[in-house]
Amino acid sequence: MFAEHIGKCSNKVKNVVERGAVKKFAEAIGDPHPIYWDEETGKKSRYQRNIAPPTFPRVFDYGVIEGLKLPSKGLIHGEQRFHYERPLFVGEELYCYAKVEDYYEKQSSMGELGFLVITNYGEDPSGSVIFTSTSTIIITEAVRKAMVV
Amino acid sequence: MTKISELKVGESLPEVKLPPVSRLDLIKYAGASGDYNPIHTIDEEAKKAGLPGIIAHGMWTMGNLAKLFTPYYEEGFVQDYSVRFKSMVFLNDVVTLKATVKEKEDHALRFDVAAVNQDGKEVVKGEVVFSVY
Repeated sequence: MFAEHIGKCSNKVKNVVERGAVKKFAEAIGDPHPIYWDEETGKKSRYQRNIAPPTFPRVFDYGVIEGLKLPSKGLIHGEQRFHYERPLFVGEELYCYAKVEDYYEKQSSMGELGFLVITNYGEDPSGSVIFTSTSTIIITEAVRKAMVV
Repeated sequence: MTKISELKVGESLPEVKLPPVSRLDLIKYAGASGDYNPIHTIDEEAKKAGLPGIIAHGMWTMGNLAKLFTPYYEEGFVQDYSVRFKSMVFLNDVVTLKATVKEKEDHALRFDVAAVNQDGKEVVKGEVVFSVY
């Protein structure tokens, strides 16, 4: 039920790396370093502005992948990876979308597990990819069966 | 502070031991990240999901682990960061964050990174490629 969606993308959504959201996020991961929120520190840095922590893309809106329905409960976040061309700048605009990269099933001690791989992309206004964020989500047999009902 | 680029293979960044995981930590992360899955904040929902109690968001631990690299922002940036969520983090767990240089290239350092609980169990394990300017 997921394999048919491989290759599908969501529509691009404009996101702004919001100053307040970055500060709140940095605090929530226990990393309130001034490079993330203090304007003076940002100006004096090589970036000449504040930057965002590497896991910040969790907060962006990546739009909707047509037809892809995920259960609201029972998903397991198995793996996560980020790739950056450069750090994200506070205040910049990014165009974000998601793509179903892969889906496969593997037999395990917990039954047949489904692995859904989704990559989130963030592009600058000129269309260059600044970051990708790839999540591997594990969907157990029980959760998949409950979805069919 | 030592420059990150001067670290040798086998050397580590200073470890960070987090305070015991509190419910408020997870409520704050839910709010800041937009991940309101109730297994991270509400006991009954965690129990309904078959868990002994609420568990930390994997991304909370991953986010914490990245802060080992924050002080070196003038020298470079985290170019690649990949982890596997190996085990659950529960309330009151004491998590220690670690990063050790695995390989050195011309303009990058490859680190093994891990978050380890009070029993020495790796809860998050992965790799960081820190690109040096």
